[in-house]
Amino acid sequence: MSSKTSGLKGRAELGVALLLGAAGVLVFLDANGLSTPYSHTDPVGPKTVPFIVAGLLVVCAVLLAVNVLRGGKGEAEGGEDVELGHPADWKTVLPLAGAFILNILLIDWAGWVISGTVLFWGSLLALGSRHYVRDGIISVLLSLLTFYGFYLGLGIALPAGLLEGIL
Amino acid sequence: MDVWSSLMDGFATALTPMNFLYAVIGVILGTAVGVLPGLGPAMTVALLLPVTYALEPTSAFIMFAGIYYGGMYGGSTTSILLNTPGESSSVVTAIEGNKMAKAGRAAQALATAAIGSFVAGTIGTTLLAVCAPIVVQFAVSLGSPSYFAIMLLALLAVTAVLGSSRLRGFAALALGLAIGLVGIDSVTGQRRLTFGQPLLADGLDIVVVAVAIFAVGEALWVAAHLRRTPLHVIPVGRPWMGKKDWQRSWKPWLRGTVFGFPFGALPAGGAEIPTFLSYVTEKRLSKHPEEFGKGAIEGVAGPEAANNAAAAGTLTPMLALGLPTNATAAVMLAAFTGYGIQPGPQLFSSEGPLVWALIASLFIGNLLLLLINLPLAPLWAKLLQLPRPYLYAGILFFATLGAYSVNLQAFDLVILLVLGALGFMMRRFGLPVLPLILGVILGPRLEGQLRKTLQLSAGDPAGLWSEPIAVGIYIIIGLILLWPLAYKLIRRNRPQNSSLLPANSGAADYSD
Repeated sequence: MSSKTSGLKGRAELGVALLLGAAGVLVFLDANGLSTPYSHTDPVGPKTVPFIVAGLLVVCAVLLAVNVLRGGKGEAEGGEDVELGHPADWKTVLPLAGAFILNILLIDWAGWVISGTVLFWGSLLALGSRHYVRDGIISVLLSLLTFYGFYLGLGIALPAGLLEGIL
Repeated sequence: MDVWSSLMDGFATALTPMNFLYAVIGVILGTAVGVLPGLGPAMTVALLLPVTYALEPTSAFIMFAGIYYGGMYGGSTTSILLNTPGESSSVVTAIEGNKMAKAGRAAQALATAAIGSFVAGTIGTTLLAVCAPIVVQFAVSLGSPSYFAIMLLALLAVTAVLGSSRLRGFAALALGLAIGLVGIDSVTGQRRLTFGQPLLADGLDIVVVAVAIFAVGEALWVAAHLRRTPLHVIPVGRPWMGKKDWQRSWKPWLRGTVFGFPFGALPAGGAEIPTFLSYVTEKRLSKHPEEFGKGAIEGVAGPEAANNAAAAGTLTPMLALGLPTNATAAVMLAAFTGYGIQPGPQLFSSEGPLVWALIASLFIGNLLLLLINLPLAPLWAKLLQLPRPYLYAGILFFATLGAYSVNLQAFDLVILLVLGALGFMMRRFGLPVLPLILGVILGPRLEGQLRKTLQLSAGDPAGLWSEPIAVGIYIIIGLILLWPLAYKLIRRNRPQNSSLLPANSGAADYSD
């Protein structure tokens, strides 16, 4: 790996330290805001553990920042389908997240069959499948199948949404 | 004996037609997802959790048992045929297994893995059935101070021993503990970290957290780094072994079992260390040391047996103490709580029939694996060629469906995405996910025991070490935390003594 990419990655990892630190401050402030009279039945109270967790987060944040600045690096996770040679492919991840968000926005209004189809079809598209029609048919079938499967098999009524009355 | 009759009752429950069907489904599902890249047994159990809430708890756990062993076995198929192990526990199997496959001995490698898994799994499950009640007998006499210490040990040991960076492990643990804090405090009714959101008052659903971290995080991570050069899958026929292969395999199976079970049963055991120890041992004892590195069957037989025996060992603290030590056990423990079952030493008395049915179905699942996997191996190999867009779109689809169906709230999907992004970040920067999950699950219980302990001692911190077991455990915790320091000192004094173990498997030394 060239020194340039490792430098960039090092700086990105400082973001992790920042996140840990911010989480620590958040946990501390939240616990500090709790009002609790001292009680004999609960000498520890609801604040103690959050304070410890906040402390742990902040200590980890500081140590991680020091570690990264000294050249320490987290080892990215490998896997069967993972090739770490190239940088993160945001052109795949962002549309994938987009399909996911679209599902969140649609699910209560349009219903699972529509939003699930959008999710699966959109994910396939984002992941590079180019069989638009075949993928579309599979998406619709999968959504319908899970809708009825959950309803008939498990007694869980997923929202029908716009298709209320048709399904 | 009592164990014997309870176990027979367990078999009677597990062998009813419906439950047997769930065992078969679990085994097939487990193997399929174990073979499929990107899917592990922990993720599968997490994805299935919401669906199984409609089932009887007994049936659900019988299915989980099948998934658990099936997933372990499926992982070895992938590492033998692909040489890219999906789980850290099958890294060692890949070394010799893939060499064997390349030399045209894939059938023998798969056979010794399957039969070795069966042997080790059966012995391991027997040990589980014998040991767990003994551990329970001992555990029921323990009070909150000891429990607090044991849980602390499990959390710290998993965090400090596994993984390559302790600092990053602790960072993940802290995040998990923070996530576990969200919701109404059970003692005082105060809302913590809910930011005025009524939907957060009940806390984050453990199913949503597990699915987010394991499934969504993984799918996003793989999507960002999807392999551009397709992997070469080695074609395979039906697994079989010749007489010579049997002769060379049976001892490694047994030795691997001996390594695997105790490590699995320890709070920080895991399967990485015993598989590695088994590999090193077989290499030393082998009559064909020259074959190691070129495809020695002992190098597949031993580690695979160790892997499966460790899987059985892990269930001992999970069932007897309510302590999960690997990701799958953690998710199964979450499932217990989902059914309103309290995990812990009282589990054997309060849910005896369920626990024994679970143990019985482990035996059944093991046998089913052998019967199903030997003939189906060529089919599993085909599964490796599933187009990746379908695989990962499917993971996202079912993750969404599962998380949504728990409460039918779109809000849970927002949390799913946020925590999925966290899972992505953790994979990118090498924060291990296991400490986080354990922190979420054990954190609230740890806090409960702490408060109970200090309530009993009227606020005196000395109450924490008022039981001898607790004191002993604090000493062990101290040793684990100070170990790297001691290790450095030893290394400095004897620099010529090169270690056989990689630096992070120092856990081997506090097994006693």
